[in-house]
Parts: sequence; structure tokens; C-alpha cells
Amino acid sequence: MNAVMKGMPKMSEVPDPRPLVCAHNVHKRFGSNHVLKGIDMEVRAGEVVVILGPSGSGKSTFLRCINHLETMDQGSILVDGTQIGYALRGTHLHRVTPHVLARQRSEIGMVFQQFNLYPHLTVLENIVEAPIGVHGKPRSEAESEAFALLDMVGLRDKAHAYPRQLSGGQQQRVAIARALAIKPKLMLFDEPTSALDPELVGEVLAAMRDLANQGLTMIVVTHEIGFAKEAADRVVFMDGGVVVEEGTPDAVLANPQHPRTRAFLSRFIGGRASDT
Amino acid sequence: MTGAAHALAASPEVLQLRLRDVAQARSPHNIGRWIAWGVTLLLAADVAWIFATNKGFEWHVVAQWFTGAAILRGLSVTLGLTVVAMVLGTALGLLLAIGRLSDNRLPRQLAGLYIWVFRGTPLMVQLIFWYNLSTLFPTLSLALPFGPVLASWKTNDLITPLTAAIAGLALNEAAYMAEIIRAGLISVDSRQTETAQAFGMTRGRALRRIVIPQAMRAIVPPTGNQLISMIKATSLVSVIAMGDLLYSVQAVYNRTFEVIPLLMVAVLWYLLITSLLSVGQSAIERYYARSDGTRPADRADEAPL
Repeated sequence: MNAVMKGMPKMSEVPDPRPLVCAHNVHKRFGSNHVLKGIDMEVRAGEVVVILGPSGSGKSTFLRCINHLETMDQGSILVDGTQIGYALRGTHLHRVTPHVLARQRSEIGMVFQQFNLYPHLTVLENIVEAPIGVHGKPRSEAESEAFALLDMVGLRDKAHAYPRQLSGGQQQRVAIARALAIKPKLMLFDEPTSALDPELVGEVLAAMRDLANQGLTMIVVTHEIGFAKEAADRVVFMDGGVVVEEGTPDAVLANPQHPRTRAFLSRFIGGRASDT
Repeated sequence: MTGAAHALAASPEVLQLRLRDVAQARSPHNIGRWIAWGVTLLLAADVAWIFATNKGFEWHVVAQWFTGAAILRGLSVTLGLTVVAMVLGTALGLLLAIGRLSDNRLPRQLAGLYIWVFRGTPLMVQLIFWYNLSTLFPTLSLALPFGPVLASWKTNDLITPLTAAIAGLALNEAAYMAEIIRAGLISVDSRQTETAQAFGMTRGRALRRIVIPQAMRAIVPPTGNQLISMIKATSLVSVIAMGDLLYSVQAVYNRTFEVIPLLMVAVLWYLLITSLLSVGQSAIERYYARSDGTRPADRADEAPL
């Protein structure tokens, strides 16, 4: 893994503990649209990073690059020393086969804007699918862990319901339990509350705050500034495909330095974010 | 409001309101519907009478042959061919469908070529072609391209009416099933595959566990159609001297000249089988629709997703 770190001068400045996620100069184009213009970001183990930014700023695209759901055009991202989707052999970087990619991804949990539960499986089956099928856990063990997770998100009584029988907030809480079931070392949240009715947002944010308090490493793309204020260790503000400003929630949210950050935050005053 | 209504109990306005209460409304006398039922039942009875009394049907002959040994042998051939051809055709069709949806150009084009050939030529021609394969290729060999022969068989030993029938029906069916399965697979939200892959599932497992079960909703009804078509298509194998149900019936009436009653035997068997299949299809459709629960009452005010 040391070989991987070579040629990335920034890494040498990183203090211990070694960052769990290291993104360096990430570029992404969709055709002529230059969505990410050189993103550098580091996330330490146990850190909760909230990425804020206007629509089209590239924050979801960046999140999806981390677990290689989106391929990037330039730069590199390492998660716990592994470059998802690639392998360095000697002095050459190779794209990995789908099987290797699947294994590389198996310790990263993800929660999607549209929940993306498997509609043909019950809540319990949704949660145990990856632990049994990908991680080879015995069914009984996977199920007892699933029930513990359902207790945590307050949905044990829905274990045998199908996703369509649940409200949006309940579905997203199941999706969080499903992502936790693989015992992820990193959790990615892609606008987890954007598809929810306003009165259902709170229950999902509460579940996420619990996780943040438990020391899980989380990268959260959201518009919920209230959540950033309460749960984030660090806030990253993106606009136009670059990181405009980053720092503690207090620094970025209460005292933004960049005019674009200020313009963005001013739209939320008295809005949805302040009352969560 | 109600108090006021009581006070004005006799007033014409209140009387009018009571008369206008839709709870008291009566349904119209639908005379047309009763007449339609009457006429239909009358016609049905008449048709039944005609069928029952027409000497030409010779129902006693139908009854005599319905479970005749020759007929049942033909029936078993029809059912056996249908099952084997359908299973092989569906398996090959699944591979073709996956090939057609591949990111890779080679499998996509190969599957496209296969479907183009087998869907674009008549089944009858394909059956006769397989049956007469030996005129084109007297021996069939397993060999490396332009390389040494590993094994070799005489075509006439391999291609019997049975193998020609299975090959013809299955290979033809695969082309149609490929398109049905492909339609089913692309009907599943692509985010499902993406989610499965984000959780570390391989493409094969995502397909097997997540995509195909959801695609079945769209695959089952047209597959039921195909199965029913297949049962009837097996009657084409009589051109290559395969003794299916229709062939057995024809063999009997060529001897006894009881054409109509024996055709009725075949018709009744075909109808019986397709009826059973329809029941089976409904059961399968219910199975794949089991996750279609409605939202609980406490969320009824919210529009469904």
C-alpha cells in the first residue's frame, strides 16, 4: 500500500491517524460538462463530514465516485488504502475485474436519496441480503443482527413488511439499517432526506445523529444545515465542481468566509434547515 | 345545522334536501343488461344443443378415443416436447437476453444475430432443416476451428425425429424468450442493480437475487402466451414424423375415417391443458405480486409513491 501513496505528495503531510478517505485532484466530466474540477478531500476514521452545496455543484457525483458508482476521469480516491475500482501493480494502475470491484466495495455502506430498497424482499430480507450473500454470514446470525439494527432504527415490528407498505421515512430508516448490516467502515449518505415529506425528515436525521455519536465514519451529502450544525465534525462547501470552503460547522456555517458560501447559506435562514 | 333542519322539518327546502340525499338513490333498472344475458344464454343453449345432437360429432367415438392408448401416447409426446423445448428455450433465451444487454459489443451482436435468424424464419422451415441436417452435413464433429477433430458422429445417428423436434422447437423458442426476458430485465429500475453493486454484489448475484425476481412480473404473462403457443406449435412436428397428439389423432382417423370426432378429442385435450396452464400462470403471477402491499391506513392520506 505504501507504493500507492507514492506520487501523492499531499499524503506526506497527513498527520496520524491516517485518513480513511483520501481524495486527490478528482475530475469528472459528463460529456462537455465539467462536473468535478479537482476535488481534494480527506476524511479521518470516525469523522462525520457533511458536504453542502447548491444543486449541480457536483457533491453527489463526488460521493458516487468514492465507491466507484461513477467512474472519474482524473485523480484518485483511496478508502482505507484501497483505490476502489483499481489496483496498482508495480508502476501501473489497472482497472479491476467486476468481482474484485465487488469485494472492494463490500465494506462501504451507502444510503440513497430514493432509498432503493429491494421491493420484492421484506424488510428483514433486505437487510440480510448482503451479509449472507456477500459476506457469507450464517442466516441465523445475520437475522439476529438485523433485528438488533431494526431495534436501533425503531422498526422491529416492520421486519416482515414489504417496502411498499412503509412510509418514506420508515423506508429510509430500513435503508440505513441495511447499510449498517454489512458493518461498514465508511458510510455514504446521498441526500438521504431530499425525497421525504418534511414531517418525515426528522426521524431519519435522528437515526443518522445516533450513528454519528457512535463514531461511525460518515460522508453526508445533504441540504439539512441543521444536521450539519449538530452532527458534523467538518463541513465542506462545494460549488461549481470545486471545494469552496471547509472547516468546523461553527466556522463555515456561522462565519462563512467565501461570498458563495454566504449566498448559499442566506437562502436557508428561517427555512427548513434552521428548525431541524 | 341539524337543529335548524329539525325546526324547519316540514319546509319544502328540507324536503327537497332529503329527497336529494344520495344515500336513498336507486339504481336504474338495466333492462338492456337482462335482455343481453337472456339472449346470450339462449344462444349458448342452442349452440350446446346443436353440438350435442349433431350426429357428425359422434360423441360416443370421442368418449371412446379420449383416453385411448395411442392418443395418450401422443399427448405425452406433446407435453414432453413442450416442457423440454420450453425449458431449453427459456434457459438459452435468458443467456441471449443477458448477451443482448451486455456492455460488451461481441455478445450483444451475437445474440442479435441469433434472434434475427431464428425469429425471422418460419418454425416449419427450421424443423425440416434440422431433420434434414444430414444432407448438408453427413457427419457432425467436435473439433478445433481448422484444427484436429476431437470426436465425430454420423448425423443420422444423432438427428432422430425427437432430437430434430427438440432442437427446432427449443432454438426457435429461445429467440422469442430472449426478447421477452430482455423486456423484463430492462423494466426493472436501473437503481436496483446499482444499489446491489454498491453493496458488493457481483453482477451475477445482483441479476439472480435482485433483478430477475422483479423482472418476473413482466416476464410471466408473455411467457404464458409462449407456452400455450408452444403446445400448439408442437403439432408442427408431425411434418417430421414425430408422433405428437395431433399426429396420433390423424393416424387414427386415417384408419377409421372418424375425422371430426377425433379432431374433437385433440381439441378437448388442447383446451384442457391450456386451461390448467392458465390456472398455473395465475398462481405464479400472484406469487410475484406478493410484495404489492398497500400502505397501512395511517398513511392513507399520502399519495402512493
